[in-house]
Amino acid sequence: MEFTLVTARTMEQGMFVEDKLSEDYFKATACCEMNPEDMNALGLKDGDRVRVTTQYGSVVLYVKRSVLDVPRGVVMIPLGIYANRILPSESGTGTPIYKNVRCRVEKTDEEVLSIEEIVREVVG
Amino acid sequence: MKVSCPFCGNVCDDINFDGEVEREKLCPLGESKLTREKRRIPYPMVEGERVSYDEAIERAVEILLNAKRPLLYGWASTVNEAIRLGVILAEKVGGVYDTTSSVCHGPSILATIEEGLPGGTLGQAKNRADVVVFWGCNPAEAHPRHPTRYSVMVKGFLVEGRRLRKTVVVDIRKTATALLSSKFYMIKPNSDFAILTALRSIINGNDNAVPNEVGGLSKSQLREFAELLLSARYGVIFFGMGATHTRGQDRNVEALIKLVQTLNRHTRYILQPMRGHFNVTGADAVACWEAGYGYAIDFSRGYPRFNPTEFSAVQLLRRRDCDAMLVVGSDPVAHFPFDVVRHMAKIPVIQIDPHYNLTTKVANVVIPSAISGIEAEGTVYRMDGVPVRLKKFRESEFWSDYEILKAMLERVVERKGGDVVW
Repeated sequence: MEFTLVTARTMEQGMFVEDKLSEDYFKATACCEMNPEDMNALGLKDGDRVRVTTQYGSVVLYVKRSVLDVPRGVVMIPLGIYANRILPSESGTGTPIYKNVRCRVEKTDEEVLSIEEIVREVVG
Repeated sequence: MKVSCPFCGNVCDDINFDGEVEREKLCPLGESKLTREKRRIPYPMVEGERVSYDEAIERAVEILLNAKRPLLYGWASTVNEAIRLGVILAEKVGGVYDTTSSVCHGPSILATIEEGLPGGTLGQAKNRADVVVFWGCNPAEAHPRHPTRYSVMVKGFLVEGRRLRKTVVVDIRKTATALLSSKFYMIKPNSDFAILTALRSIINGNDNAVPNEVGGLSKSQLREFAELLLSARYGVIFFGMGATHTRGQDRNVEALIKLVQTLNRHTRYILQPMRGHFNVTGADAVACWEAGYGYAIDFSRGYPRFNPTEFSAVQLLRRRDCDAMLVVGSDPVAHFPFDVVRHMAKIPVIQIDPHYNLTTKVANVVIPSAISGIEAEGTVYRMDGVPVRLKKFRESEFWSDYEILKAMLERVVERKGGDVVW
């Protein structure tokens, strides 16, 4: 299914941002939030894994039911290396577009890469 | 004694310290910053091998002097005194100075250059504002004490707290801040500019020009919103990445400034960007004193040139247009789009930071530093530009950012000539 990807600061991401090799930071950033109805449509429950793909790349994340109200058609990923794996660097102002990027979301059984693994993948 | 929290742009300066930090006034972010044990960089390293500070600084200086166009990036999590040396260092080595603004409020700075900033202070918001708008920002999670200290629940001289204050949140999703608000407008992604233009049209008496629906808001909602804005005796609009990271970017912020200008024909309004890191405002302001521009400044021709589409860190790395990088108090490997991180991994990288982070993994020279505002003192600018003096209240074996940069700059000046007013 097609979605709009937004990134955002979350409390957990901020709490562990200076402790990036910790399990807490991994849990806070290797995930995405979706609207419960969208999750039902994709046959997803809390803690399942999804592959999120944009024209720039693809990443596997844990999915969480939106606590408040991420609207239908939107996927929210906390700021961090997992979100940046699939975001563009091009921009007319010098500042990348970190929000409102088209993406595709599908259920997967693939593993979520650890922080060490995603750094290795990003660095290439 | 009172100490300040060096995490977010609030720089809360009312934290009690009596040998230990009292948790009572800490938000979850402050508690993590001031009380959580984190993995530190244990000692200076060159290519992963332990060295002395002297050896690491020497290698860092060699890298900067041998580079054709080094990028000196970060600066939002250190103090103004260190930032000043960083700007001078960039000039001396003919490099590029850029701050974390280039991945957050850079578009706001561009808009301010075009239109000016109808700004104020957080004190004015607290004491005067009876209408408070949060546009594309979520202080409940990013600046948790902002609502209680400055904007929502707080009692001011002229406004007695939440009961007499109307709070409006505009966002594409219902955030934790929306739960605190008296009015929440959920808008469609990428529609900020259109909605801001529609609001201005209505306030200017041209609502015939506004279509029946704009960005997910009906015309009657837009009229209601405009009336709410005009009902203020004193209003403040806080805005965040919801404006700068979406289509329109600087044009969205220009539209916000123009809305505030329009509202000021009827009542009194101010605009305030919600700056993230505790001294990202200083990283821009200090560069402005020194070079006339706030970020994305190229010194390679011997004089400062400003052009974010060319000299911001992400764009410079994207074009493979820098051949070395100094990172101070930031983690671009975690926060830059992946394709530019690949270039970082191919050039020599020097890191100055208290904490082991993802940039440490690609850095060739790693220099640990004392934590600014906890283990090192200095002055910072709160998000509204008000200076706050940070105290040192814990001893540390590590050098401060200022001491490290001073040692680097002394060696650069020794080899390249010229002088510095310390």
